[in-house]
Amino acid sequence: MTFKTEPFVVNAGPQHPSTHGLFRMRFTLDGEVIQDVEPVFGYLHRGIEKLAEGLNYTQDIVFTDRMDYLTSMSNNQAYVLAVEKLAGIQVPERAEYLRVIMTELMRISSHLMTVGFLLNELGAFMTPLLYMFREREKILDLFEMVCGQRLTYNYLRIGGVSQDIPEEFLPALKRYIDSLPGFIAEYDQLLAENEILLMRTKNIGILKRETAINCSVSGPVLRASGVNWDIRKADPYSIYDRFDFDVPVGSVGDIYDRYRMRIEEMHQSIRIIKQAMAQMPSGEIQSKVPRVLRPPKGEAYGHIEAPKGELGFYLVSDGSTNPYRFHVRPSSFINLQVLRELMTGVKIADAIVIFGSIDICLGEVDR
Amino acid sequence: MKFERYGKGIAKGMALTLKHFFRRPITTQYPEERLYVSRRIRGNQLVWDKNVCNACSACSRACPAGCLIVVTSRDENKKLKVDKIEQDIGICISCGLCVESCPVKCLFMSCDYEKSAYSRKNFILTGEDLMPSEKRIPSGYFSPENESKLPMQTLLIDR
Amino acid sequence: MLSTFITNTNPNILYASALPPDWPGGFWSHMLIFIVILFVFVILGVMAFIYIERRVLGRFQIRIGPNRTGPFGIIQPVADTIKILIKEDIIPQNADGLLHLLAPAIAFIPTLMIFAVIPLQNGVALVDLNIGILYIVAISSVSVVGILMAGWASNNKYALISAMRVIAQVVSYEIPLALSIIGVVLLTGNLSMNSIVESQNIPFILLQPLGFIIYFIAALAEINRTPFDLLEAESEIVAGFNIEYSGIKFALFFLTEYAEALAISAIIATIYLGGWRGPLLPPILWFLIKMVAVFILIIWVRSTLPRIRIDQVMGFAWKFLLPLALINLLITGLQVITLPDLSQWVIVAINFVVTAVLILFWSKFYRLTGDKKVEV
Repeated sequence: MTFKTEPFVVNAGPQHPSTHGLFRMRFTLDGEVIQDVEPVFGYLHRGIEKLAEGLNYTQDIVFTDRMDYLTSMSNNQAYVLAVEKLAGIQVPERAEYLRVIMTELMRISSHLMTVGFLLNELGAFMTPLLYMFREREKILDLFEMVCGQRLTYNYLRIGGVSQDIPEEFLPALKRYIDSLPGFIAEYDQLLAENEILLMRTKNIGILKRETAINCSVSGPVLRASGVNWDIRKADPYSIYDRFDFDVPVGSVGDIYDRYRMRIEEMHQSIRIIKQAMAQMPSGEIQSKVPRVLRPPKGEAYGHIEAPKGELGFYLVSDGSTNPYRFHVRPSSFINLQVLRELMTGVKIADAIVIFGSIDICLGEVDR
Repeated sequence: MKFERYGKGIAKGMALTLKHFFRRPITTQYPEERLYVSRRIRGNQLVWDKNVCNACSACSRACPAGCLIVVTSRDENKKLKVDKIEQDIGICISCGLCVESCPVKCLFMSCDYEKSAYSRKNFILTGEDLMPSEKRIPSGYFSPENESKLPMQTLLIDR
Repeated sequence: MLSTFITNTNPNILYASALPPDWPGGFWSHMLIFIVILFVFVILGVMAFIYIERRVLGRFQIRIGPNRTGPFGIIQPVADTIKILIKEDIIPQNADGLLHLLAPAIAFIPTLMIFAVIPLQNGVALVDLNIGILYIVAISSVSVVGILMAGWASNNKYALISAMRVIAQVVSYEIPLALSIIGVVLLTGNLSMNSIVESQNIPFILLQPLGFIIYFIAALAEINRTPFDLLEAESEIVAGFNIEYSGIKFALFFLTEYAEALAISAIIATIYLGGWRGPLLPPILWFLIKMVAVFILIIWVRSTLPRIRIDQVMGFAWKFLLPLALINLLITGLQVITLPDLSQWVIVAINFVVTAVLILFWSKFYRLTGDKKVEV
């Protein structure tokens, strides 16, 4: 006797404890295996691209802070790069070094959060998450020392940075960077060889190389699938060609590889910060730019390697104080295109973990 | 012969958790113990020094959110003076662009990070409310002389 | 009928070692008073365990637990209880009324009945059945029916999925649980709980390390705690079968979970750690110390390990724990029959070596289903 089963639709609704924000997925299930997934988003849309056409270039930096609110400095950097390409402005040396230090600290902080939340979704009940947050608090204290805020910094300006660092910043940074590898080693002791973690993450959610390239995925997700593409090496911006660092590349492309990618990238960021601290010259921190900038007519595209992928800004200017078109190439939104491909054929428990390993931030997906 | 997956990873993880059990917790009991905030904190209120201001209203033009209203007029010596200045804390996003744009350095951010009221009318601060006093200390954001008067920040890495 | 299960059938001196000789009343008043004492013990124990769990879990996570309600936060469980009891009792419209009402009761009552045979002091138990362990294993399987009723009667897809998972998990782990207990019974020769405690000159955790490990893992699976808590996995199915319960029915499910943890701690303290035996302090205090120590071990495991998926849970039970439990039984039986006169410490050493060898070799041959090499 055969049983007739029919697929039923389950809604992992907008209010869910582990979807990193307001995100809705409609699963079509057969038993416990997912047949189809339909993502529905747009709950956090604020109209940033249109609002930015009403303010001038310096005031638009405030908008870029709030898109991916966990990596504010990187968003600022991408936008300021685009405006500097448009207007042809040079940035002084000390400002470049400061920008690099801030961006790499931001990368460490974002990866700490991602790994912490991935383990929280696996079920480790917040213990690894709280350890990660303790280290992130130390980074936020450093940022607060420089610019006064802990989440939306508004620190980079067109042509440099807004203020110089106080003299207690560099010793505090040195103490932090010296203690960080010990912490990452401790964290590896907690979870790198854990049998339950290996059982849950190996050979699950595999993203093949051709699929990744065809869907224009970028960031650690792409590198975990075996493609050696990092914008800091392939199309160097700012002063990244003066530093000596490696790009970790994975082999299989499952969840375990993406998790290891982020831990290795943290080690490489520590290397870059140490070199930047040693080489930093003194000098001025912002080149002479009028308060209200009128760039010449034209268009420019500036892109950086943000912690979550490739973040780009496309600006079109018609000679006035406000941009004519302000378009964002969001890394999280484009990385989400592989969701349906990765999730068909796995169980519900795995689907949530796969979603967490792609690492999106809803502020950037919806803007 | 190589042995794998026999429980060593789990044992190492549990040893680490046990080590953390004996460390001091890092919680701060909030209303009784307060930590020192940064000397350049961007609190959400503004501190305005009336005697230095030259009524150019550059601050009001620089605000991206539109929370600062400045009404000026010319008095008998053809000098600009301020008739009304008003800040709405409910709209302000604490970005600090107004402080940065002031040419005579009469505007500062406050050190305060706790402000709540029972109705939205109480969020609008006008004129005399914005002057500095013992309770409204200007912070060191974009002003080094204020920065050196404030206490140093407590860092988590030192505790 | 009752008299065939009780060791001493003379009703006048029924519990000679438990009752003082001038106890007024006799059999029925003893039973009534002890039932009340046990009930109070369970309720107070659950509240104390809720408090201990929150504080100790906080220390593992480098933070302080609740410390604002009352001095050191002692009144926190009382505050939790009052909060749950005054909530409105919502019944969904298409829910099956009678099943929805009965499910919490059927889940809670068998857990309470386990405490009837646990000896708190020498011979002091509600009734010292001579089939003690068998009674415990039988009764604790009934509460799973309550969970299935709750999942079905709630008319909710999430509840149904989680109820199915629970049935599969609990039924699979009953067998290694029972088999590892038989090792202890072989060493004692008697099923009654009091005689198990009395025959432990060396605590049985040293004589049966493999049995202890298997029993601990299977017991964690029975009471649905991490790493096997996929039934109330907050990050996936948002609270499982008790998604449609509120008010006092939810309080009963919550109470059941902690009462089961209390029962498991009490059983492990009795069978493996030596119950109320110990030097210097009064026996009831030793019993409580051992119970709290086992509970802290359970919390330690909860704060460290992630969760396992349902098919891996089943594979682990049937392919790893069950063969090891059978081999443990075989070795214990051989030792009891062929070496009854050897000093106990030598047997301890032999058993530790055998445990280490078995775990190392078996984990090499244990493979999950579907664990093939994948092409990229």
